[in-house]
Amino acid sequence: MGIVHKYGDNVDTDVIVPGKYLSLNDPKALANICMEGIDPEFPRRVKEGDVMVGGANFGCGSSREHAPIGIKAAGISCIIAESFARIFYRNSINLGLPVLEAPEAAREISAGDEVTVDMAAGIIRNRTTGREYAFVPFPPSIMQIILAGGIKAKLLSDAKK
Amino acid sequence: MTITEKILAAHSGRDHVVPGELVTARLDGVLANDVTTHIAVKEFRAMGFDKVFDKERVYLVNDHFAPNANINAATASKVARDFACECSVRHFYDVGRMGIEHALLPEQGLVLPGEAVVGGDSHTCTYGALGAFSTGMGSTDIAVAMGTGELWFKVPKTRKFIFNGSCPRYVTGKDLMLYTLGKISVSGALYMSMEFAGQAISEMDMDGRFTMCNMAIEAGAKNGIIEPDEMTLAYVREHNRLNRPFTLYRSDPDAVYERVDEWDVSSLEPVVACPHLPDNTRFVSEVGDVPVHQVVIGSCTNGRISDLRAAAEILKGQQVDRNVRCIIIPATGEIYRQAMHEGLMDIFLDAGAAISTPTCGPCFGGHMGILANGETAVSTTNRNFVGRMGHPGSSVYLASPYVAAAAAVAGRIIHPGEVK
Repeated sequence: MGIVHKYGDNVDTDVIVPGKYLSLNDPKALANICMEGIDPEFPRRVKEGDVMVGGANFGCGSSREHAPIGIKAAGISCIIAESFARIFYRNSINLGLPVLEAPEAAREISAGDEVTVDMAAGIIRNRTTGREYAFVPFPPSIMQIILAGGIKAKLLSDAKK
Repeated sequence: MTITEKILAAHSGRDHVVPGELVTARLDGVLANDVTTHIAVKEFRAMGFDKVFDKERVYLVNDHFAPNANINAATASKVARDFACECSVRHFYDVGRMGIEHALLPEQGLVLPGEAVVGGDSHTCTYGALGAFSTGMGSTDIAVAMGTGELWFKVPKTRKFIFNGSCPRYVTGKDLMLYTLGKISVSGALYMSMEFAGQAISEMDMDGRFTMCNMAIEAGAKNGIIEPDEMTLAYVREHNRLNRPFTLYRSDPDAVYERVDEWDVSSLEPVVACPHLPDNTRFVSEVGDVPVHQVVIGSCTNGRISDLRAAAEILKGQQVDRNVRCIIIPATGEIYRQAMHEGLMDIFLDAGAAISTPTCGPCFGGHMGILANGETAVSTTNRNFVGRMGHPGSSVYLASPYVAAAAAVAGRIIHPGEVK
C-alpha cells in the first residue's frame, strides 16, 4: 500500500532530475533531488512504497536514466500514468520499476489517496475511494525483469543458474 | 515496408517486419556522452562485460559538461576517458577534438545511410536525416549494446509528413519542425517513426534535415527519417572518410502508414515555441512583446554551419542589444574553423556576441549560460521545459537561428525581416 504523489501531463525528465545533476550516479543522491523542478518537497514527503501518478506522456524528453533511478531510490514502488514516453518506459523496466498504463486510474486517483497494486492480476485498488481499475499485466518476460529488480539483476541471476 | 521497417528487417535477419513486432537488431554504432557514459560503464561492469563488441563501432563523446564545468562533471568525464582507454575505443572525442555528438558523428563519417545506431542521448534520432535508423536509449540499454552489439526493438508504426511547396525566406527546417509539433503535440508521434517528405524537404540542405530529425523525439517519436537522395549522397561522399560501405533504403509505394499529413509551407512564417513545451507554438508575429535577456545559437539542433551563416546574415553590421548576452556555439571544431574562414566570427565579435568552444552547456542547463529567476532566453535548442536552461522561474523560447539572432539585436522577439 502506498500514498499517491500526483502530477499532470508531460512530466519531463528535466523536472524529475534537472540537467545540473547529470554528473551524479549515486541513487541516493539522485533521490535527494528527485522532482526538484516541479515539487522540491517530494524527497522529504515520500515514503517507501508510495505510488507516483502522472497524466499523458510521463517521462518525456531526455533519455537520462537518472530520472527513473531517482524515483525508484526515493521509494516509489510503481508509476501509474495515462501514457509514458518510450525511453523513460524502457529505462524504468530495465531498472525494475513498474510503469503501468492505466488512463482512467491516472485521471481519477488523487494526491494523498492510498493505493494498492496487484501486478499479476492487473488491478489497481484505490483504498480511499474504493474504486478498482484494470490494467494489462506485463507479459512473463517483462514480469521476470520487474521481479528480479531490473535487467542487470535478472542477467546476473540467470548466469548463476 | 517503410524505410524504417526495411532497416530494422535488414538488421534482424528478416525479409519482412510489421509494426508491433519485437526484433533483435544488430547495431552499426553505439554512442554515449559524458552524462550517460558514467552510468553505462557502471552497468556494463556490473553485468560482467569486460570488452566492447567492436572497438571501431562504439562512439564516446564528452560534450555535455565539457570543458569540465565542475568537480562532479570532471569525475564523470574521467570515467568515459578511462573506459575509452581501457577498452581501446577508437572513436573517443574529448576537448579540443570534440564536437556536439549529433553534429560530430555524421561529420566524421561515423553514421551512414541504412545503418542502425543507438545512443545514450534522446537526440540520437538526428541521423535519420542520412536515411539511417537511430534512436535514443538509457544507459542500461547502452551498456548492453556496448557489450553485445545488439538490442531488442519494437517495430514502430510510422506517421508520414509531406511538406509541399518551397519554404519562404527565413523559414527553415527548425520552423517546419516547430510547426509540426504545434500541429501534433509533444506526444503526437509517441512510440512511432516520423517520416518527412515533400518538395520543401527535397529542397532543404542536410543541416536543415538534421534539425528536423533531431527534434522527432520532441513529438515522442522513436526516430525521425528522410529517404536518402542526391543531397544525402553528396554529403556522404564528402564525409565518409573511413570509406565504410552503406545501403540506401526507400519506402515502398505501398508502405503502410499510421497516418499521412500533408501541409503547404509556401506561406508559412517563422515559428517560435513559447514556454514551457516545444508544442506551445506561435508564428513569430503573434508572440507579442517579449523582452529577452539571453540568446543561444548552437546545439545538436542548430549549431551547424548553415545555422551560423543564418545568424551572421542577421548580425552583420548590427549590435547585440545592451540587455542581451548572445552566446554562439559552433557544434564542432570543423564548423568553428569553417565559420572562422568565412569571416562569420568577425561578424559575431563585431556585433558583441560571445563565441564558445563546442559544448551542449546551456541547452540542458549544465553550464556556459545559465538563466536566473525571471530571465528569458531565445534559443535555437530543442527543449523549453520548466528550468531547462537554469532556474525553474526562467523561460525559454525555441526558434531558428534567424529569429534568435534578430532577438539578440532587438532585445525582444521580432520577425527577422524587421532587422534593418
